Amino acid sequence: MKKALLGTTFAIVAALGAVTLNAAGHDPVEQRIALMKANGAAAGVLGKMVQGENPFDAAAALAAITEMRDIAAGFGDLFPEGSETGPNSTANSTIWSDRAGFDAALAKYLADTQAAVDTPPQSLEELGASFGAIASNCRACHQTYRIPR
Amino acid sequence: MTELLSAKKLLSLAALVGVALAVFWALTMPRFLPNLSIFQQVGNPVKGEDVFNIAGCASCHSAEGAEAEDKLILSGGREFPSPFGTFYAPNISPDPEFGIGGWSTYDLANAMMYGVSPDNKHYYPAFPYSSYARMNPQDIVDLKAFLDTLPPSSEPSRSHDLPFYAQWRRPVGMWKQFFYDPAPVYPNSADGLIERGRYLVEGPGHCSECHTSRNPLGGPIMSLYLAGAPSLEGEGYIPNITPHEDGLAGWTETEIANYLNTGFTPDFDSVGGLMVEVVENTALLSDEDRRAIAAYLKSIPGKPDAPRE
Repeated sequence: MKKALLGTTFAIVAALGAVTLNAAGHDPVEQRIALMKANGAAAGVLGKMVQGENPFDAAAALAAITEMRDIAAGFGDLFPEGSETGPNSTANSTIWSDRAGFDAALAKYLADTQAAVDTPPQSLEELGASFGAIASNCRACHQTYRIPR
Repeated sequence: MTELLSAKKLLSLAALVGVALAVFWALTMPRFLPNLSIFQQVGNPVKGEDVFNIAGCASCHSAEGAEAEDKLILSGGREFPSPFGTFYAPNISPDPEFGIGGWSTYDLANAMMYGVSPDNKHYYPAFPYSSYARMNPQDIVDLKAFLDTLPPSSEPSRSHDLPFYAQWRRPVGMWKQFFYDPAPVYPNSADGLIERGRYLVEGPGHCSECHTSRNPLGGPIMSLYLAGAPSLEGEGYIPNITPHEDGLAGWTETEIANYLNTGFTPDFDSVGGLMVEVVENTALLSDEDRRAIAAYLKSIPGKPDAPRE
């Protein structure tokens, strides 16, 4: 029993390590593009409910909000010095010239998604309010820290 | 003999220069609208607010970073970098000294539709009068009525930061000879919705000021109308919004109208850059006007992306 538990723990640790290693092996530009795509897909799950295209589903909404929270938590690490440009990168040089502002914008995004995870929306109305608060982060950050393409 | 010849030559050269100067002077003379009786009328400020939103006045003329109610204080001051120097939006609040409180509706119409100031000077085309030229005079009358309801600001207008050769405004008259044309870009449409969209996009909405590439003189390249352009701010590329694969071919009219309301693309990417403030304005329009813009954009010829450099 103990052995099995140890084995499971080991497997989890190994899997986590593999995920981290795998992630570290990728170019940060590719990684942040992939994460922003996933973020958009999660926003789409919420947006389509809010716009009435899909019915309200509390579990799916929470899953999407949680994913956005997880993306927000690690996103800032994907903009190290030296990753200013890359194929298809739309990062604005303002990220590096105004790092404090960029970090503050990401912190706000994390706080707003965390708040929605802590109090998951139980109705379409509540989802509308959460989604409004979360979505205001998208445009605020993209206004200053992304270039048009 | 040779001296005589050169004197003759000099004389004809002087005459030539004189004629050239006279032609230049005539071509670059500021021109004014006919003072139509409509400009004596009192406008409807409620309709004027719609005009204000589609024309995006606050996006340039409110203070940098202004939000919510403060966007209605048109104190000016925002900077607009360009290859010709940096322009600063002036104070257009109704303050009689620092703003345009002393202007008549006719003065406003000349400024917006002809690009000339009440003291007979050309405005630089950073002010999108080449688009506003296509506006309906009634909309200017209503806009004036709305502008008059806004709070005055005593912030002095800042002078533009331009190299010496660009500080003389007279040559702007020559620019207008080449690039100022109030005619519709695409023919008027019999479809009411498309025609309304044509008016909004080509006129007050002044979409082409960013979405159409410019030549080295800063004139729009009309064969590339709305087919995308390198950003004037230096970084990035303003998207092609013609119904080509490179542009909006994959978007339905509903998706375009939805984007102008919510700021989300069909795949839930969000609006960014200068377009954020544009969507703040288009979100205030009626559903019908957003649908009209979408219908027009889907009706024009599709063009591949304009060159990125």
